[in-house]
Amino acid sequence: MTNDIVSTSGHADEPVLTVRGLTKTYGRRPTWYRRHPHRLVAVNGIDLEVGPGETLGLVGESGAGKSTVGRLVLRLIEPDAGSIDLLGSDITTLRREELRRMRARATMVFQDPYTSLDPRMTILDSIAEPLLVQGGTGRSERYDKARSLVRRVGLNDAHVDRYPYEMSGGQLQRVAIARALITDPAFIVCDEPVAALDVSTQAQVINLLQDLQAERGISYLFISHDLRLVRLVADRVSVMRRGEVQETGPADRVFEAPEHAYTRELLAAIPGRTPRARRFAAPVGAAPAAPEPATGPALASAEEVVAPAQ
Amino acid sequence: MPEQSMPEQSVAQAKTAGRRRSWRRSRVMRRLMRNPAALAAMATLVILTLIAIFANVLAPHDPNHVDLQNRLLAPGAGHLLGTDELGRDVLSRVLVATRVDLLASLQAVGLALVVGVPLGLLAGYAGGVGDAILSRIIDALMTLPPLMLAVVVVAILGPGLRNAMIAIAVLIVPSFYRVARGSTQSVAGELYIESARASGCSSWRILWRHILPGIAPPLLVQISFSASVVIVAEASLSFLGLGARAPQATWGLMLQEATASITTSSYLIYPPIVMVAITILAFSQLGDGLRDALGRQSNEGK
Repeated sequence: MTNDIVSTSGHADEPVLTVRGLTKTYGRRPTWYRRHPHRLVAVNGIDLEVGPGETLGLVGESGAGKSTVGRLVLRLIEPDAGSIDLLGSDITTLRREELRRMRARATMVFQDPYTSLDPRMTILDSIAEPLLVQGGTGRSERYDKARSLVRRVGLNDAHVDRYPYEMSGGQLQRVAIARALITDPAFIVCDEPVAALDVSTQAQVINLLQDLQAERGISYLFISHDLRLVRLVADRVSVMRRGEVQETGPADRVFEAPEHAYTRELLAAIPGRTPRARRFAAPVGAAPAAPEPATGPALASAEEVVAPAQ
Repeated sequence: MPEQSMPEQSVAQAKTAGRRRSWRRSRVMRRLMRNPAALAAMATLVILTLIAIFANVLAPHDPNHVDLQNRLLAPGAGHLLGTDELGRDVLSRVLVATRVDLLASLQAVGLALVVGVPLGLLAGYAGGVGDAILSRIIDALMTLPPLMLAVVVVAILGPGLRNAMIAIAVLIVPSFYRVARGSTQSVAGELYIESARASGCSSWRILWRHILPGIAPPLLVQISFSASVVIVAEASLSFLGLGARAPQATWGLMLQEATASITTSSYLIYPPIVMVAITILAFSQLGDGLRDALGRQSNEGK
């Protein structure tokens, strides 16, 4: 396994996120009556590092464990093994209240904006909520900040009293981004943030994320199956396959001179060269690049079990 | 640009829905209004409620005034629905009984709601061993014959309407628990619950602000159906002498008193029977209407 972490991120600044040997297994543990239960190693001993103001792209086919990693590093699901150092604290040992405080500084933007916002809350309430639950702010202070963020993400005051069902996917993802930003986090996991949006809106949302990063120095863990997109936004890239990181390196290097055979396969699977051609072709994740026959069934079961988590 | 194009329809809806009103509630109301049976049920319940509130004003006579010289009078002028075997005015008693019955069912449903829903919420959200144990206890409660359970509770607490209502509440707690638990499990799997966790919401806030509003619709349906069950149960228990006691007027008790003179004055059994029938019909029709109106709506946003 290639590891370019040390050479690229440097030691000048403390990394925002350092992950070592992270492992997550789904399924039941063996018992006396079930010796060989169906178990799936979703994430198998991976190492990651994200520097300040940096975007680490996490790519791989469906079922590779990308989304599981995104949830593990924020401890939305409990890891089985490994250490996660997030913003200077070992998040795996934080107590409930400490973890809740941490959620103000490290949060997440989800793939599907239609379902990631409470349908019974107004846009303004949704955006202000993370600030509310941290306590210590007044109502007007929260709403003022929420309103200024609404404008910052490209919506206007007319939107704030609406409910999610009254808005489009692109608008909702802007709302989700504003909601993530209101506590001024240093780190955001973006889990396929534009995969549910149509192509014309994707670029706007991506630009917004990049502008916000430049303004606020936020670090992103950017999870996507869209290699072109990752190349565009990521400083460094980790390529995952079947729960393991195959290759990590600067985005340009990984895409132009992939060291690992799987990365080359993945790159070769990008359909077409022009945007027009790509629109009519299947996405990479839907047709995994020619798995060897022996690994076929394992891959299929991996997709089955991990897919709902994405 | 899909960003800018808002469907005309939802803009119009936004305006009618008002600023703070939940979209769900407004749409549900419109759906209910289009359902004649539900509309009739709601009108009936409004009338019953008005009767309950103004029973004392509406009653032409004192419902408990015994007049042995005028006992078992057939319906006619003076006593529109006749008098019972103690000479009490049946119309007055049936009106006052409406208040007693509705209040009693409110107590029973309220008690079952307050016990069953929090338990179901917690069990559904937390899962694990606690959920398994609690759910088995509730299952066990459901296997007991309902009447026997009620008899046992009344035997322990003593007869009387209030204790009968407690017994009935015990009987319907499992249905509230199960509805709350099942709905909680499905809402808890929604992405916005995970999003709330990722934003630092405590479990209490998630339960209270995100899950409870989400499970309110099926609970409303359950409340409506349970209310009709309670009315019947009250009538049964009072009829058996386990509920309200004389001289209190409830439909069940009136029915029981009427059976004593059924051969000579059969007209006495009709008023309480009609009232019970109308009430349970209204509650169950409203429940049906609510269930239809709250049914899984197509996601307009998508």
